Amino acid sequence: MHPVYVEGIGVLGPGMESWQEAVCLLKSEHAYRPGKTILSPPESLPPAERRRASRGVMAALQVGYAACAMAGVLPAEPASVFASSGGDGDICNAICSALAAGDHLISPTQFHNSVHNAISGYWGIATGAMAPSSVVSAYDGSFAAGLLEAVSLLVSLRTPVLLVASDQDYPFPLSAVRPVPDIFAVALLLTVTPHPGKSLAQIRIAGDLPFAELPGQAMSDLQLDDLSRAIPAARCLPLLQSIARQDTGNIVLAYLPSQYLVLEVAPCR
Amino acid sequence: MISGMTSTSCIGRGLEQTLAALHGRRSGLAPCAFRDMVVDTWVGEVAGVDDEKMDADLRDFNCRNNRLAQLALSQDGFADAVEAAVARWGRRRVGVFLGTSTAGMLRTEWAFRHRDADNGQLPTEFVYAGTHSPYSLTDFVRRKLGLAGPAVAVSSACSSSAKVFAAAQRMVDCGLVDAAVVGGVDSLCATILYGFESLGLLAKEACRPFSGDRAGISIGEAAAFMLVERVTGPQDREAVYLLGAGESSDAYHMSSPHPEGLGARLAMERALASAGLGPEHIDYINLHGTGTVANDAAEAIAIANVFGTATACSSTKGATGHTLGAAGALEATICVLAVQNGFMPSSPYTGPRDQTLEINYISQNQGGAISTVLSNSFGFGGSNCSLIFGRPI
Repeated sequence: MHPVYVEGIGVLGPGMESWQEAVCLLKSEHAYRPGKTILSPPESLPPAERRRASRGVMAALQVGYAACAMAGVLPAEPASVFASSGGDGDICNAICSALAAGDHLISPTQFHNSVHNAISGYWGIATGAMAPSSVVSAYDGSFAAGLLEAVSLLVSLRTPVLLVASDQDYPFPLSAVRPVPDIFAVALLLTVTPHPGKSLAQIRIAGDLPFAELPGQAMSDLQLDDLSRAIPAARCLPLLQSIARQDTGNIVLAYLPSQYLVLEVAPCR
Repeated sequence: MISGMTSTSCIGRGLEQTLAALHGRRSGLAPCAFRDMVVDTWVGEVAGVDDEKMDADLRDFNCRNNRLAQLALSQDGFADAVEAAVARWGRRRVGVFLGTSTAGMLRTEWAFRHRDADNGQLPTEFVYAGTHSPYSLTDFVRRKLGLAGPAVAVSSACSSSAKVFAAAQRMVDCGLVDAAVVGGVDSLCATILYGFESLGLLAKEACRPFSGDRAGISIGEAAAFMLVERVTGPQDREAVYLLGAGESSDAYHMSSPHPEGLGARLAMERALASAGLGPEHIDYINLHGTGTVANDAAEAIAIANVFGTATACSSTKGATGHTLGAAGALEATICVLAVQNGFMPSSPYTGPRDQTLEINYISQNQGGAISTVLSNSFGFGGSNCSLIFGRPI
């Protein structure tokens, strides 16, 4: 499989506000302290969309912009892949609660925001991107599924691809059956050719059957390891750690039940 | 290459019934009598879905969406075709790529009506991963067919099960799979019916796409699957192939199409480019054609810009209803049937012609040699996908 190159990263999660901060945590320069995810919505979202977009959309847009800025790529340019385990939990809860109470008057804005591709739609409206945009899901393996989709899109289009994986917490009662503690969002700007001085890391899907039956090693920082298991999108953290530490070697990511995705990761110097 | 195919919608279980309904210009739409839902509209409900019994080891997946998937999988020898692909390539080299917009939402609505009176919990029989998760459909079908290759759910509203063809083709091209089960399933639920009502988009009668008096959509439900395989050796002149796919984003509005159909135009142009074809090579276009005033007008402008006014077009949503996340795959099967049977299906209800739409919307079924067809699917959020199917070029 053709290698792909990481040129920009955005990340946002509990106790982790940016890639710069995440690098320090992942290199164990600072201890990770879990906290609440703090959003800083991007300025470029038009006022009407800013009013309508949910916090999950805001988080995804924020990391998407950050990854593009780091790579020096205009956000309108790359094709995109949006991966998420679930849709918008707040809206789903509101609609199902109202319907159960016999209230059939669904808010039109809530209804169109309930689609799983709301993030992709808002990304297009905010950035003007008319490129292909994939919207994928694979439960706890959604990040890995998104990465596979992004790599295959990159190989097919040969233009930069922005991968954004994000998940958000559900309110009660869905929180009891799908406990996701907070918002986590990550974005990788991927290219098909390396740019010396700009590319951070090289990722290659390991062969034609790049799957393992057993998970990889736990992360050494137990609290980061907990975070990586608590929110589906945070399953990217072993990969981010490898990139932050400039390690060379194989990374095993959560994918499907008893089927883990194996990546060969190496730094670009 | 398409080596297996099946579809089930309100016009029929399996391809034979589907083809007969299209030939007879029969619609499966009827006034909404789905469960206890009170909506002044017509829907395309599939009969007998709730008679499906789930296998004991797949009980966690029991919801209308997965029962509809199971009903469809048992038609047209589809499961046997998949088993033959497994024999050729191996279980781990056959992927599953399925689209859905609402998965088992009807089951979630049920769970919210049956919360525990004391602690507010959802009933213990409610299984999030098996019914509510967007991936629940893919997970169910993958287990039902005993596959172990890469798998993903695509959920981009009404383009979902068109975009799965593009995703699967890319995976074949980059060598991660040799064959793929591709398709989509969406089923009726209150969120969809009342949601579209709140947007004022539901027709009060059966929808009449592209007519001068069109007044909105009719919601339908469907399950449609195709088996797409890597081409090895010489092309089979009798077979139908996925020749191209094009995707785009409107970057315009969450629930209204770009008024000049700019995103739609890009998707069609990209599909033609990926197939290496010009607009003159397309014999028939199966339109997205939902039946709303704005959608059909935007699509007509986009078609006229890419193809001019001569290419035969129709929407089959007057027969099946708009099956949302299943529409792309359902209409893909109709396109393959059109090529295999040399006929272009018209709508059951064409209504008075809309003189402002300058496209060749066919008002009668037409026969003839049809070798290459294009199918459009456009969704909320401005998600567009066009697919091209046909005989080898």
